[in-house]
Amino acid sequence: MQNALHEPQTVVLFGGTSEIGRAIASELIAPATRTLVLAVRHPDDAHPETFERDGLDVVVERFDATETDTHDAFVRRLAAAHGDLDVAIIAFGQLGDQAEFDAEPARAAEVLTVNYTGAVVVGLAVGGQMRRQGHGRLVVLSSVAGERTRAANHVYGSSKAGLDAFAQGLGDALRPHGVQVTAVRPGFVHTRMTRGMRAAPFATTPRVVGELAADGVRAGRHTVWTPSVLRYVFMVLRHLPRRVFRRLPLG
Amino acid sequence: MFPADPAARRSVLSGFGRSTRSAATLVEVDERELPAAIKSLPARGGIMRGLGRSYGDPAQNGGGHVLRLRSGPDAMVLDPAAGTLTASAGVSIDDVLRHVVPRGWFVPVTPGTRFVTVGGAIASDIHGKNHHRDGSFGNHVRRLRLMQADTTVVEVGPDRDAELFWATVGGMGLTGVILDATFDLLPIETSRIAVDVYRCDHLDDVMSEMVASEHDVRYSVAWIDLLARGPRLGRGVLTNGGHATIEQLGPDAAADPLAYDADQVVTVPPLVPPMGVINRLSVSAFNEAWFRKAPRRRVGDVQRIPTYFHPLDLVGDWNRVYGRDGFVQYQFVVPNDAVEVLRTIIERLAAARLPIFMTVLKRFGPGNPAPLSFPLAGWQLAVDIGVRHRSVAPLLRGFDDLVLGAGGRHYLAKDATLTAEQFRRGYPRLDEWRAVRDRVDPAGVWASDQSRRLGLTG
Ligand SMILES: Cc1cc2nc3c(=O)[nH]c(=O)nc-3n(C[C@H](O)[C@H](O)[C@H](O)COP(=O)(O)OP(=O)(O)OC[C@H]3O[C@@H](n4cnc5c(N)ncnc54)[C@H](O)[C@@H]3O)c2cc1C
Ligand SMILES: NC(=O)c1ccc[n+]([C@@H]2O[C@H](COP(=O)([O-])OP(=O)(O)OC[C@H]3O[C@@H](n4cnc5c(N)ncnc54)[C@H](OP(=O)(O)O)[C@@H]3O)[C@@H](O)[C@H]2O)c1
Repeated sequence: MQNALHEPQTVVLFGGTSEIGRAIASELIAPATRTLVLAVRHPDDAHPETFERDGLDVVVERFDATETDTHDAFVRRLAAAHGDLDVAIIAFGQLGDQAEFDAEPARAAEVLTVNYTGAVVVGLAVGGQMRRQGHGRLVVLSSVAGERTRAANHVYGSSKAGLDAFAQGLGDALRPHGVQVTAVRPGFVHTRMTRGMRAAPFATTPRVVGELAADGVRAGRHTVWTPSVLRYVFMVLRHLPRRVFRRLPLG
Repeated sequence: MFPADPAARRSVLSGFGRSTRSAATLVEVDERELPAAIKSLPARGGIMRGLGRSYGDPAQNGGGHVLRLRSGPDAMVLDPAAGTLTASAGVSIDDVLRHVVPRGWFVPVTPGTRFVTVGGAIASDIHGKNHHRDGSFGNHVRRLRLMQADTTVVEVGPDRDAELFWATVGGMGLTGVILDATFDLLPIETSRIAVDVYRCDHLDDVMSEMVASEHDVRYSVAWIDLLARGPRLGRGVLTNGGHATIEQLGPDAAADPLAYDADQVVTVPPLVPPMGVINRLSVSAFNEAWFRKAPRRRVGDVQRIPTYFHPLDLVGDWNRVYGRDGFVQYQFVVPNDAVEVLRTIIERLAAARLPIFMTVLKRFGPGNPAPLSFPLAGWQLAVDIGVRHRSVAPLLRGFDDLVLGAGGRHYLAKDATLTAEQFRRGYPRLDEWRAVRDRVDPAGVWASDQSRRLGLTG
C-alpha cells in the first residue's frame, strides 16, 4: 500500500512507452517505490533504463490493449508477482487519422478498440484488483477532445468521451472500496502522438501534464485538466452554441 | 460477497493521522463469536483493531477483515491483594482509570491519550512519561490469554511460553487476538499529580535539566519549540511529575483525595492552533505563546490526571486540523551515544520552518525482551507533521538514514512511512520474532496493511 506520504510501492504503466504516461510515472515514483511495471506492445522499445535506480525494480511486460480477453489474467499475474498494485496508469491510446476513417471506416475500429474497449477492460481488471486489495489509485488518460467532440477528430474524441464517462462512474463505484480513480484531461501535448501537427491553444509538455496529474492523484481529485486553465476554457466551450463552436480555430 | 452478518460491514479505515486509508470488512465480535469469525477470514486475512489510536496502518487490512472485540467496561477484576487488574483486551485505559483510581490505584503506563485499549497497549508495547524508570506496558503484564489462528486459546506470560508472550508484546496483533490480560497496578494515595515545570531557553538546557532530574522523578517529558532558531534552538518546557501525597493537596482536594472525573471540563490553555490555520505564522505565534505561558520554574503544582497525562483528550477531533491529507507522527529513538543525531534532526526541523506544534522529547530507560518493542535506552523524539508539505518526504528520508545509522529505530504504532528495508535495519531481531509467528500462525491468517508494507508477514 502507498504510505502516508503518498509514496506508492508498486506502479504499473499500461502503454509503457507513452511519453505522457512516463512523465506521470516519474512524478509518482518515490524513494519507497520498489516496482515499476512497463506494460508495452513492443518490449524492445520500453527503455527501462531511464527509470533505473537502486532499489527500484523496472519490469517490462508485453501487453497489447486490443487483446482484451487476456487483460484480467494479466492484471492478476502482476499482483501475484509484485503484491498489491498501488498505482496503475492507463496511458495507451491512438489518435488515428480522421481522413483515413472517412475513406475506410473499418480502420476506426482499431482506434476505438484501443482507446475505449481496451482501456475499459483493463480499467475493470485493475479496478477489480484494487477492490480486492481495498486500496489503490487508477489514473486514466482521457482528453479534452472527449469533453466536446470536434469535426477534426470525432472518432478519437468519441472514444475519449466514452472512456472519460467510464472513468467517472468507475471512480464512484470504487470509492467505498478505498480506491480512487483520476481522469486526466490533457489539451494539446507535444508528444509523438501530435508530432508534425499544428499546436492548439494552451499546448503543453508531457512534463507539465506529469506534474499536474501527480498532484491531482495525491490530492485525491477525480478529474485533472492539463494545463489547469483548460478547465475554465471548457466551462465556456461546453456551452457554446453549435454554430459558434463549429467555427472555432481549435486546431 | 457481502457478509450477511449485520455486525460486519465494509468501511474505509485509516489511522489517527488520517493519512492512510483502505477498505475492509469490519466485524464486531465478542470472545464467544471470535472462533467463527477467525474461521471465516478471507485470503487477505484479518487484524484486530482497538480504538484506532495508532497513527498509521497497523489496525487496518485492505480487502480483508478487521475485527473489534466487544467488551463492556465491567470486564475488569481488581485484585487489591496482588495489586493487579485483569481486564478484557477491549477495555480502554479510560475505563480502567475510572475503575481503579477511586480505589487507590493507577495504571503502570499510560500514553498521551486514555482512549487506547488494553489490547492495543500490549500489541504496541506502549510507553509513557515514566519509561526511564518503569519501562513499557509489557514489563507490567503478568499473563495474557491469546486466541491463536487455529482458534485455540493459550495463556502466556513472562514465565509461561515466554517466547510467545514477548512476541505478542509489541507484536502488532500479528500473533493472535489478546483476549484479556493481568497487569500490575501502581498504588496511589491521591488522584493528583505534583508537577514541576522548567522553561528552558535552549535545547542544551532542556536536555541537561532532563538528565539531571530523571532519577528523582517518575514522570518526565519536554515540549520543544521547533520554530525557534539560532540561540533559542530547541527551547522548551520540561514537565516532571509524581503522584501527589495527601500532604501535597489543598484542603478541598484532601477531602476526597482519590476523586477522578475525567469528563470534568477543566480550563486548559488552547493546546492546538485553531482549525484551518496551520501555517508557519500561526504556529510560530502559538509556540511563542505556549513557551511564554510556562513559568520559568515552578515546583509542586498540583494537577489532575487528565490535565497532566491526557490534555489532548480535552480537545475534540484535534487530529482534523491538518486537513484532508492528514499528518504523520515522526517518532524515533536513538541510543544515548547518538545524541548528535537528535540534535541534527532538531536543527534540520527548525531550519525547515515547518508548522510543527506537537513535539515530545523524552528519555527512555532500557528496553525489554520483546523483539519488536520500540524503546531502547536513549532519547526519543516525536513530532506531528502535516503531510501536505512536499518538503516533508525528503526531509524524513534524511532523518531515517540518520536514525537507523545510529542504531536507533521508529515506533510501529506511529509509523506510516517506513519501507521493509528500513524496518529490518531498525529491528534486527525480526527473524527471531518471525520464527515465533510462523509457529503460531503458519498459514498467515493475521495480516495488516502495515505488516504487508513492512514485510512483517507475507
Ligand atoms: C494523542 C495520542 C497520544 C499517544 N501517546 C502515546 C504515548 O505516549 N506512548 C505510546 O506508546 N503510544 C502513544 N500513542 C499511541 C497509542 O498508544 C498506540 O497506538 C496504541 O496501540 C493504540 O491503542 P488502540 O487500542 O487504539 O489500538 P489500535 O490503534 O486500534 O491498534 C494498534 C495495534 O494493536 C493491535 N491490537 C489491538 N487490539 C488487539 C488485541 N485485542 N489483540 C491483539 N492485537 C491487538 C492492532 O492489531 C494494531 O496492530 C498515542 C496515540 C495518540 C492518538
Ligand atoms: N499528446 C496529446 O496531445 C494528448 C492529448 C490528450 C490526451 N492524450 C492521451 O494521452 C495518452 C498518452 O499519449 P501520448 O501523448 O503519451 O502519446 P504516445 O507517446 O504516442 O503514447 C501512446 C501510447 O499508446 C500505446 N499504444 C497504442 N496502441 C497500443 C496497443 N494496441 N496496445 C498497447 N499500447 C498501445 C503506444 O505504444 P507503442 O509505443 O507501441 O506505439 C504508446 O505507448 C493517450 O491515451 C492519448 O490519447 C494525448
